[in-house]
Amino acid sequence: MAEPMGFYTDTTVCIGCKACEVACKEWNQLPSRNGGQTTLSGNSYDNTRALDGIHWRHVKFVEQFTDDRKDGRWLLMSDVCKHCVQAACLEVCPTGAIIRTEFDTVVIQSDACNGCRDCISACPFGVIDINPASGTAQKCTLCYDRLQAGMQPACSQACPTESIQFGTIRELKDRAQKRVAQLQQMGEKRAYLYGADEKMLGGLNSFYLLVDRPEVYNLPPDPQMPTRNLKLGSWFSVLGAVLVSLFGVINFRNRGAEERP
Amino acid sequence: MRDSDCIVVMGSNMAENHPVAFRWPMKAKVEHGAKIIHIDPRFTRTSAVADIYAPLRAGSDIAFLGGIINYVINNERWQTDPFFKTWLVNYTNAATIINEDFKDTEDLNGVFSGLVEYKGGVPEWPFNAFIGQYDGATWQYARTKIGDQGRTASTAQSGEAGKMPTGQANQPGGPAAPKSGAQPSGNETSKPPFTALVQALVKPAPEKDMTLQNPHCVFQILKRHFSRYTPEMVEQNTGCPKETFLKVAETILANSGADRTVSFAYAVAWTQHTHGVQIIGCAALLQLLLGNVGRPGAGIMALRGHASIQGSTDVPTLYHSIHGYMAAPTALKKHDTLGDYLTAETLPTGYWANMPKFMVSYLKSVYGDKATPENQFGYDWHPKILGDHSHMAMFAAMNAGKVKGMILVGQNPATSLNARLERAAMRKLEWLVVKDNWLTESANYWKGAPEVKSGEVKPADIKTEVFYLPATQVAEIDGTFTNTQRMLQFHHKAAEAPGDCKSDTWFSYELGKRLKKLYANSTLPRDECWKNVTWEYEHENPEERKKGEPSWIKINKEMNGFFTDDPARHCVGFAELKDDGSTTCASWIYSGMFPAPDKYLPDRRTPDPPGQPGAQLQWGWAWPANRRIMYNRASADLEGKPWSERKKWVWWDAEAKKWVGYDVPDYIATKPPNDKAKPGAAGMDALPGTAPFIMRADGLGWLFAPSGMVDGPLPTHYEPVESPVKNQLYQQQSSPVVKIWKDPANPLAAPMDPKFPYALTTYRLTEHYLSGAMSRWNPWLTELQPELFVEISPELAQEKGIKNLDWVKISSPRAQIKAKALVTKRMRPYKIGDKVVHQVGMPWHWGYEGLSTGDVVNELTALVGDPNVSMHEGKAFVCNVEKA
Repeated sequence: MAEPMGFYTDTTVCIGCKACEVACKEWNQLPSRNGGQTTLSGNSYDNTRALDGIHWRHVKFVEQFTDDRKDGRWLLMSDVCKHCVQAACLEVCPTGAIIRTEFDTVVIQSDACNGCRDCISACPFGVIDINPASGTAQKCTLCYDRLQAGMQPACSQACPTESIQFGTIRELKDRAQKRVAQLQQMGEKRAYLYGADEKMLGGLNSFYLLVDRPEVYNLPPDPQMPTRNLKLGSWFSVLGAVLVSLFGVINFRNRGAEERP
Repeated sequence: MRDSDCIVVMGSNMAENHPVAFRWPMKAKVEHGAKIIHIDPRFTRTSAVADIYAPLRAGSDIAFLGGIINYVINNERWQTDPFFKTWLVNYTNAATIINEDFKDTEDLNGVFSGLVEYKGGVPEWPFNAFIGQYDGATWQYARTKIGDQGRTASTAQSGEAGKMPTGQANQPGGPAAPKSGAQPSGNETSKPPFTALVQALVKPAPEKDMTLQNPHCVFQILKRHFSRYTPEMVEQNTGCPKETFLKVAETILANSGADRTVSFAYAVAWTQHTHGVQIIGCAALLQLLLGNVGRPGAGIMALRGHASIQGSTDVPTLYHSIHGYMAAPTALKKHDTLGDYLTAETLPTGYWANMPKFMVSYLKSVYGDKATPENQFGYDWHPKILGDHSHMAMFAAMNAGKVKGMILVGQNPATSLNARLERAAMRKLEWLVVKDNWLTESANYWKGAPEVKSGEVKPADIKTEVFYLPATQVAEIDGTFTNTQRMLQFHHKAAEAPGDCKSDTWFSYELGKRLKKLYANSTLPRDECWKNVTWEYEHENPEERKKGEPSWIKINKEMNGFFTDDPARHCVGFAELKDDGSTTCASWIYSGMFPAPDKYLPDRRTPDPPGQPGAQLQWGWAWPANRRIMYNRASADLEGKPWSERKKWVWWDAEAKKWVGYDVPDYIATKPPNDKAKPGAAGMDALPGTAPFIMRADGLGWLFAPSGMVDGPLPTHYEPVESPVKNQLYQQQSSPVVKIWKDPANPLAAPMDPKFPYALTTYRLTEHYLSGAMSRWNPWLTELQPELFVEISPELAQEKGIKNLDWVKISSPRAQIKAKALVTKRMRPYKIGDKVVHQVGMPWHWGYEGLSTGDVVNELTALVGDPNVSMHEGKAFVCNVEKA
């Protein structure tokens, strides 16, 4: 396997231009919602609304202003699949359509997907949905096809301000930590990295520099594998299975005894 | 901008409208912690990444900038730091003495001396629209008049001979200047060489007081002029809190000096005012005071509104200038002969003294072998302008039935200024050609416009014959872009155009060929131009030739210049150009981009090695002469040494006896810094080795503009023509010399009209382009911004009972339109004096054609203009807002 690759997104230099969204759509030939004839969301400049099967990049716009406008921020952030090291989607996929690539990224193979939607509910970040064009579950592939050809993903290449950076996770983490230190030193004490730590699902191969709590960006503060919640339930299942088999064994034994001449 | 320590974005939403260029401010921020300041009526995507956001009411920019100027002048560090003093006294005209009769706006309550009634223009063209005019004689330097010639004046069309104070043509006494009635042929002054003509224009050097104490010196005048621009006044006029304003002023000054530099970036939010040129001039004044010109990370970046619009003004598509910013010959001035033209337009001192060489080479490029010294190189055949032929004047003329036909290439006037008026004007055309990618609003105005849909106008009553020609897109042609930093970059064709789509060059070339044929047998004198013009651009590639596409190589060669007797020998730069017809060059500023048939420099793509200081000289090619920073002599001190190691750029190498550095020095390479000005000399010899601004007649940066501006020598705070508030600084409400096109369809709101109480500004979004003609047909873009909206503050929304996403009616004296409300705290009410002024904002991308449609915001705008450049005031006018 090649070295793990991914995205580091520095939200403090994102200008919300959505070039990443358009570059993604153009490269991956994703359709537009209702042929491009949609309505205004009314939620700041966000008319994409959410990540789904035809929007693999989504720029979020968070307006934070006090009533007197003495304090004000407009947080901008380009969201995408996190390519988790422990990926829930991959784990729950019944057909094996979701794979981990040689770049340590997570890719849904459309031709093996049966559209069962298990991955959609399993993803703690809500990045997956059905693409109506194919009828299968889709999300960011981290431009697997481009990576195989030695190119970088379309979105990071299109990003004019290097808010989205692509590279080896090792290098990106190093760069990101330096940027956090720089921001802290310049007085932005709220700067931190989200998902760069292994504690979060083994590490997100698409991690973020944020300047507010994750919830502000509509990100889960503590994303979990779906299997963890199932632990207790699974013990019940195991117990049940043991009981059933014991019962069966007893039954068979009895039957056997009866059948004995 | 990557080298800047502080970047001030004002009059621009750079991140949103120039996202690719905005990578440099972001690099400066990340790489060395540069401070970004955004000053704007709205909190935009640029404000989102700025270190300081300063709100200000639309139209109050000069009050804000003037406040910084006053702050700087009264600051102790500025007064004592030797860097600022040396710069001010030696590189600007601070020490120059102005005519004693000059009266400032402080003396005359908001107007300068010399205000007179406008009586210019010719009866054939009553569309110049001035409401007043200045005789700027009293604005001049005391001992000697200094001209900027027609380069700026002819834009305004107040440059008529006998009235214009700046032109040398009005001054008697130039021995070579023909008085009057000179016949075109046989006029000896129209024959080369023109050295004597230029020499005869030389005046004595202006008088100076290097101690800056004389009450009539520029510095004392501007000190008095801005003395009332205090932080309190700034707060009262702009609505920006005093503390925020002071933080901005402190940050700008703290990042200026020998070791640090500040750059400004502006775009159409400075230009689209009736005093837009003065706003830019005000920023230039401030940057000159701070020594932030001609140095790395300094300057004022004019962010252009479209890709390659820099190229379109260079080449140019402007009506008032010909190639390379030479004035267009005009019927309004004494431009009868080539000699008259050169006498009126040549600056005898500084680098512009070479203009006769540029002009003659230009005429050679137009008329080729037909241009000879005997026929003034065909000067008589060259068209002359009659007045203001810019956008608004042309549509005023069209609405008056004076325009027969129109060719639209890359314009969409059906959604442009006072759009109902412009569409009414278009209905009066006999014919209209629309060459575009889609059937835009302008192509379908006869069937799709609101007044047609409402039944007010019937298509059957429109007599205009409309032709539609499908156009190629940029990736379907070979060609160059000239970007905002004057850099040409070549791009290769990426795909063949579909179907019948043709390039703009194809269209122009074919049209020219047909017109030449049409006029071939004409005996009318006016058709001599077509009969004599050279028009040979056949493509080298037989396949392209078959398609009729002209050769970009031949076009570029003509622009670059070559030797007439040996056309294979290209000019290596404009220094080779001659005034005797031995060289041919369409655009002197582009000379050098194509120095040999096998060397085409805009196609270069070699970056500097990483981590090494440099000017990226091997990447593309920038005019003039591949210089990346203009006037870069100013990056060195009086002795030619860099001001500091950190801000090193070009310097004098005493051993090699020449200017060297990272960039191409913008100077005579061997003119030493201790060179003295030669009294009475013409050209560069008239300037000392310390004068960096070589295109100015005195080699200095102008804090005070004795000529060239028609609305005053210093920037002054005026309200927009339509404003919700009274001018709090002067009795004069708005500029007394603005342009107003009087037409019943162009009514204006009086100042503080209660029917239109809110300030409205129009703008663009990242997701769309201009009138939407390139974006509203693309579903990937329309889903990102699907509908027209009006941005209002929660305060105004509450006052008016409007909720987010409600339909809202927006009205101005011209029209009423509808849009959805986007209620956001990014908009805020402004406290102006004791009045609360609500600021409203609307993007103007929509129209009635395409995938995403919406009302035309420009139906609200007015035909009013800046007197210097005829730019409209779409950034600051008034409206009312009601729930629909």
